[in-house]
Amino acid sequence: MSKATVEIKNADGLHMRPAMLFVDLASQFDSDITVSNGQSSVDGKSIMQMSMLAATCGTKLSIQAEGPDAHKAIDTLRHLVEVQMFNEPAPARRTQ
Amino acid sequence: MKFTDFVCFEATIPELQAKNRDEAIGELVTALDKSGKLPKGTREDIIKAVIKREKEASTGIGKGVAIPHVKYAGAKKAVAVIGQSSAGIDFCALDEQPVYSVILLISPVDNPDRHLQAMETVFRHLQHERFRKFLRQCRTPEKVEDLLREVDEGPSW
Repeated sequence: MSKATVEIKNADGLHMRPAMLFVDLASQFDSDITVSNGQSSVDGKSIMQMSMLAATCGTKLSIQAEGPDAHKAIDTLRHLVEVQMFNEPAPARRTQ
Repeated sequence: MKFTDFVCFEATIPELQAKNRDEAIGELVTALDKSGKLPKGTREDIIKAVIKREKEASTGIGKGVAIPHVKYAGAKKAVAVIGQSSAGIDFCALDEQPVYSVILLISPVDNPDRHLQAMETVFRHLQHERFRKFLRQCRTPEKVEDLLREVDEGPSW
């Protein structure tokens, strides 16, 4: 089992397009992937369930993978969320 | 968030005339426009924007439901409309099955959090087979409204 906490960093949060990217990527692994926002835990391979997380920018999610490729799955998904940021922009910096 | 916070019940279409995705989007946006929920003169533009978004990735996520949506710069607050099709519409769904219930959502650009909360409400209920089945069976706008109000109140849901 492998797990990580990731933070949503793109301005629009985990809306449907990013959720689909996540689900597509998660589905490439044999491991079971569970994503939790502290209140609900959902199947990381289900677009309906992932869209239920309503993870806004700044939300921390915990991703858990269980299976033969758990470690690689976590690394890859963390990269998508925090480094690639679903290929979306970060929030515009507020002027002081 | 509750359905009653963003669904425009008076715009509900109990039986879509549309035979395909783009026509269904057109009908639903037009219904919102007629109910005065869209800024004047934006109807055509919004229809195009929703179809463009739909072409990027289908919101027909399977199990007979689709949630076409777009963030539109001129929109003032998130508003949704529900359309039903007893015959089913080809929505280019992920499971390649027809769509019987369409929930179309228009959100402003500058409030992504509220958009996510509205989508959360929609998906939280749509993932339950019982809700999808009940929604699909609603044949009048009143029945749709009754169902969503009941779900909002919801301990039994």
